[in-house]
Amino acid sequence: MTHPIQNFHGGVHPEENKQVSTQSPIRVAPIPQQVFVPLRQHIGEPARPCVAVGDRVRKGQIIAKADGYISVAAHAPTSGTVTAIALHPVPHPSGLSDPCIHITADGKDEWIERIAVDYRTTNISTLRNHLRDMGIAGLGGAAFPTFIKLNPGAAGAVKTLLLNGGECEPWISCDDMTMRERAAEVLQGAAIMRCMLHADTVLAGIEDNKPEAIAAMREAARNCDFPVEIIVVPTLYPSGGAKQMIKLITGREVPSGGRSTDIGVATFNVGTAYAVHRAINHGEPLISRVVTVTGNVGRAQNFDALIGTPIQELLALAGDAPEPVTGYLMGGPMMGIELAQTEIPVVKATNCILVKSDRLFPPPPRALPCIRCTRCADACPAELQPQELYWHARSKNFDKAQDYQLFDCIECGCCSYVCPSHIPLVQYYRYAKSEISAREKEQQAADHARSRHESRLMRIEREQRERAEKLAMKAAVKTSDAPARPADDAKKAAIQAAIERAKIQQADNVNNHPSTK
Amino acid sequence: MLSSPYIREQSSVSVIMLKVMLALIPGIAAYVWYFGPAILISLGVASIAALIFEAAAVAMRGWPVRPVLMDGSALVTAWLLALSIPPIAPWWLTVAGVFFAIIVAKHLYGGLGNNIFNPAMVGYAVLIISFPVQMTHWPAPLALAGHHLNLADTAHFIFSDTLPAGEKIDAISSATPLDTLRTQLQLHRSVAAIEQMPIFGYFAGKGSETVALMFLLGGVYLWLTRIITWHIPLALLTALALVAAVFHFIDPQHYAGAWFHLVAGGTILGAFFIATDPISGATTPRGKLIFGAAIGLLIFLIREFGGYPDGVAFAVLLMNIAVPLIDAYTQPPVYGHKKVQK
Repeated sequence: MTHPIQNFHGGVHPEENKQVSTQSPIRVAPIPQQVFVPLRQHIGEPARPCVAVGDRVRKGQIIAKADGYISVAAHAPTSGTVTAIALHPVPHPSGLSDPCIHITADGKDEWIERIAVDYRTTNISTLRNHLRDMGIAGLGGAAFPTFIKLNPGAAGAVKTLLLNGGECEPWISCDDMTMRERAAEVLQGAAIMRCMLHADTVLAGIEDNKPEAIAAMREAARNCDFPVEIIVVPTLYPSGGAKQMIKLITGREVPSGGRSTDIGVATFNVGTAYAVHRAINHGEPLISRVVTVTGNVGRAQNFDALIGTPIQELLALAGDAPEPVTGYLMGGPMMGIELAQTEIPVVKATNCILVKSDRLFPPPPRALPCIRCTRCADACPAELQPQELYWHARSKNFDKAQDYQLFDCIECGCCSYVCPSHIPLVQYYRYAKSEISAREKEQQAADHARSRHESRLMRIEREQRERAEKLAMKAAVKTSDAPARPADDAKKAAIQAAIERAKIQQADNVNNHPSTK
Repeated sequence: MLSSPYIREQSSVSVIMLKVMLALIPGIAAYVWYFGPAILISLGVASIAALIFEAAAVAMRGWPVRPVLMDGSALVTAWLLALSIPPIAPWWLTVAGVFFAIIVAKHLYGGLGNNIFNPAMVGYAVLIISFPVQMTHWPAPLALAGHHLNLADTAHFIFSDTLPAGEKIDAISSATPLDTLRTQLQLHRSVAAIEQMPIFGYFAGKGSETVALMFLLGGVYLWLTRIITWHIPLALLTALALVAAVFHFIDPQHYAGAWFHLVAGGTILGAFFIATDPISGATTPRGKLIFGAAIGLLIFLIREFGGYPDGVAFAVLLMNIAVPLIDAYTQPPVYGHKKVQK
């Protein structure tokens, strides 16, 4: 049975370089002496610490709770003592530090009590809260809290559960190795998600450069008690992008600004499915993940590393770099971020540590002017016109850039990859996006301040008016006590007129208020 | 700070320009074969002039000269201009054309990537308007020429405007097929009769039709190597062929057929090498179709009803003006914005 594949627009095919890290099985990395667990490892609000310095914690113990709706918990990856809750370098392009819980390991690796949950008999809301408290976030790179995506919403909204085994970035092989070695567990995770979403169909998309993973997943699918179709997609970056994988497999496009569930598809990385299985069926929170360590290293390999492990520990395990090191990336060469130092811990989004050398990643040549050759447009999987976006982003004409749908850019980097003028195109779009967001934030703050100022003015005015009315009323009451005189009527009319004027003024003020416009 | 992607495809503007020049070689070889070595001299003159003008402009703007010269764009402009004008024209004519192409059309508009008009065609337009006589001195096909100039004599003629003793310009030059057709039609001869004249070959001009087919070969190479897309050449040639065929069908006495228009003059060179200039042309797929078709239509109108024998340059320049409008109205739908979804 072959599933029809609908190619997405564009895409590029860089040298894969995946085989270097798939020669040996996933190796469990030893427990480091100290781990640094960042509170912000997922998209959304950072977790709130619930341990204190000096506390002894056990492996899997919750050390920071989800805070706010879009948030997940963080856990102690091994047993030991909390030595600090303080800033520590984290993987971020800015190279900034962020609050982390520092734990000195005691080497005992002593677990908390692990309680499995029967997902068939537990209600969905409980399961979702459980996954949040188990710290499950997407392992494909974006680290979006998984429990939020496992909301079926309106009954029957999600028809298709799509496991994303695309892993299209060069060099990375953690999903490949996960599927090769843990295919059955991945599908057990899929079984849980299928049940939570009431999905009819379970599909898994895998690039055709991973034959071993495809075979393992097919074998596991045969032993599954529900139908799973393993779909082989052509190797073409960025097929592993959720929107591109959905297009490949369903032929449909996620509406701009919408979610895949709008067209009835929920997409999860295969590693996330594995993590869901461990959390529900074994009671193990997300405290480790598979990380590819490759590039300019002695022995490229995949490690099952504890979250919080400083990457230098993994680099040491991977052996001495054969060439001078020119930097470290988290993620792949197309979308990865530069790491400023090696004390940075492994986080839930760390799929790969890529060590650079000048030979493997030569510095970019000098940029030349754009010649509008539109190779970028041919390569753009979002079907944008990057040459127009570049023009407007460079001239800081951000409104125009938005007219050309800047925010539909997925920042895959295909445009920069193909540009014969070596223009850092996607870098310009990132810059334009952040500028626009900053301006919007500024605008919001200004609007907020203005509306507060206006309501204050209104309040002052209202108070003055009320005082005036009160005085007028008092005066009126006084005069009405006296016997009626012709002059009284004139006075009364004057008071009435004053009240009317006040009313009109009040009405005007209401009309001028921005919130009522 | 550097950010991803950290890898890049092996491609560069220089390589693109080099491939364009490579694609012109078969046509140039045929040119030499049928019309003698003059084109080599004019290509040389144009190239040297282009490099000098480019270097001067870049230096005046305070840019590094070497990397800009290395991009190859000035040479491509020079070659396209040289191939559009009579190769036995005096050297200063070529230099003047290159001056307008490089200095005025390119650098006064902001340099590579910023020119609104195709630089080579601006150079051509200036020359045909300013020096109409010199621009008619096309070399006769060697098979028809009264005298064959060797390389030294040709160079001597181009640089000092003197022919070997006893020779006249008529012995080495002749009107082009498009010119001949135009003047003969004014003498009330029929197209069929005119096409029997010796200057005509199987489709269009003797010799020049082979040169055109060699340019076609180069154009296909550009398409296969993805330097150009099929949109502009195909739309241009189709539109031109269609309109020519319709007129020829209605009045075969006065209008040459589709084949003639496709092969004659600068059609093929224009369709594959000039109208496809990405900088001054339309960029969206639908826009390219409109842009190409409109050029094809304009070529026909200018040739048949305009004041110049060939219309490629003016057609391209006119449509260059329309490019921002065409691009703005032909933006393809972005992922997730398509209205109809199955």
